[in-house]
Amino acid sequence: MNAPLVIIALTIVIAFILALWSRANKRMDLEQWAVAGRGFGALFVFLLLAGEIYTTFTFLGGSGWAYGTGGPAAYILAYGAVAYVLSYFLLPPIWRYAKQRNLISQPDFFTAQFDSRLLGGLVAGVGVIALVPYLQSQMTGLGLIVQMASYGRISETWAIAIAMVVLALYVTLSGVHGTAWTAVLKDLTILAVVVVVGILLPARVGGLHAMFASIAHQRPGFLQLGAKGMGVPWFISTVALTGLGFYMWPHAFGAVYTAKSERVFRRNATFLPLYQLILLFVFFAGFAAILIVPGLKNSNLALLAAVQRVFPAWAVGVIGGAGVLTAMVPGSLMLMTAGTLVAENLYRPLRRSATSGEIQAVARVVVWLVAAITFLFSIHSNAAIVALLLMGYNFVTQFFPSVFLCLWRRTWVTLPGAICGILVGVLFVAYFALTDHSIVAGLNSGFIALAVNFAVTLVVSALTRSWEARRMARRSGASAAGFAYPSD
Amino acid sequence: MSVRALALIPILFIFVGVAFANRAYPIVLGMPFLFFYMVVCIVLTSVVMAVVYALDPANRREE
Repeated sequence: MNAPLVIIALTIVIAFILALWSRANKRMDLEQWAVAGRGFGALFVFLLLAGEIYTTFTFLGGSGWAYGTGGPAAYILAYGAVAYVLSYFLLPPIWRYAKQRNLISQPDFFTAQFDSRLLGGLVAGVGVIALVPYLQSQMTGLGLIVQMASYGRISETWAIAIAMVVLALYVTLSGVHGTAWTAVLKDLTILAVVVVVGILLPARVGGLHAMFASIAHQRPGFLQLGAKGMGVPWFISTVALTGLGFYMWPHAFGAVYTAKSERVFRRNATFLPLYQLILLFVFFAGFAAILIVPGLKNSNLALLAAVQRVFPAWAVGVIGGAGVLTAMVPGSLMLMTAGTLVAENLYRPLRRSATSGEIQAVARVVVWLVAAITFLFSIHSNAAIVALLLMGYNFVTQFFPSVFLCLWRRTWVTLPGAICGILVGVLFVAYFALTDHSIVAGLNSGFIALAVNFAVTLVVSALTRSWEARRMARRSGASAAGFAYPSD
Repeated sequence: MSVRALALIPILFIFVGVAFANRAYPIVLGMPFLFFYMVVCIVLTSVVMAVVYALDPANRREE
């Protein structure tokens, strides 16, 4: 084994030891496993959320997009700012509602709002579907790092297989405690690595100014919007879609519930935008790669290939190790979310008599199942990591119209309206995905699906208002009379 | 008009301003203009949201 491979293997072992160590003395039922018995302090919750920002998506995906598409990568800087502005208004009412009703997961919000487990199940299903491409991006990144560290001796398929097993095993062993400790390790290493790489790679090609001047000279138009159909309308629709969808991810939505008070969100909205600035260094590294390793077929490799060219072997190992952690922490969080969603919001409503042991077993099986499905998607895909994430956003943002209306115009949305809106939006997204249309009429296709979804939700709700009123009256009448209808 | 309306400022800067900032030159602080402009938007977002946070009556209540 060479030095980088040893360092990367060591990183994985340390993550596993942290996971097992934090698990010792902990009772392991599903609530422990997924939300850690809600015993986390504010610092841990913050680290978990900060961990969301530094994923493989930013590390390899951001640099890869700067390398491959240029100017459009600027959307990644903008959408975080939009999401945090929105969070100031959106998160406190979600938190208040969840607290009143003791909600645990994202589908619970819909189940409670509309008194419908059917809608909750639909939301859980769409959430899991959306998590698969996101997870694929983490697995692809992890596989690339393993492959790079072996200097090509481990094939791509084997590298991704190793990534899959590491992720699923890690989740099975650790649960959220392991994730939180690894997140601490990860945030420190990745911050250092990103800043060092983002300064040294451009320095290698003459400094920032000279680097950008030379790229702009070689490829006119590359450093602005407009290339490959990604013009200003694409930028606006993509930033809107991803900004609105930021907190619609099942794991992000659920994490909102864990905050201590609603003011936390408003305060976070003031300084979290600045976190985005770290991304600049990632972009600098990606742009430097254009001059250091031109002509790569797979843009996801840009940062790793440039690092391999410029840095000594041990440094390649450290950078790869940090990259492994940025894939493992969010990847395990997503796998765990998928397992919990299926077990709690799909399996449990269908089998009321299930014991908590049975639910936990289901969650663990689902983790491996989702990991295996993601693996199959990953092996023959050359998709850009950013494109994968955007695909996931197309799905989760379809929840936004219902959530928005529930919070601010409750009477404008009914159960059939919410169901039809989400279904139509998801069908549009699936159609665009299968026909390979990520951009339609200059706009992000997910944004078009979102607009249709919003319209359908409003129209169907208007048509079914009296039906909904009768249904709600029946339900509240039933519970007031002291008995309950078997729900959905 | 509520102080919360100030939050529209960064939103307008990002969604409308981008049409005017979509250029590679001049290179400012070592960055192509589009990227420099996004950095300005991010800093502006943080400053405006800090002002909103400080003035919003919702944050003055005891918790």
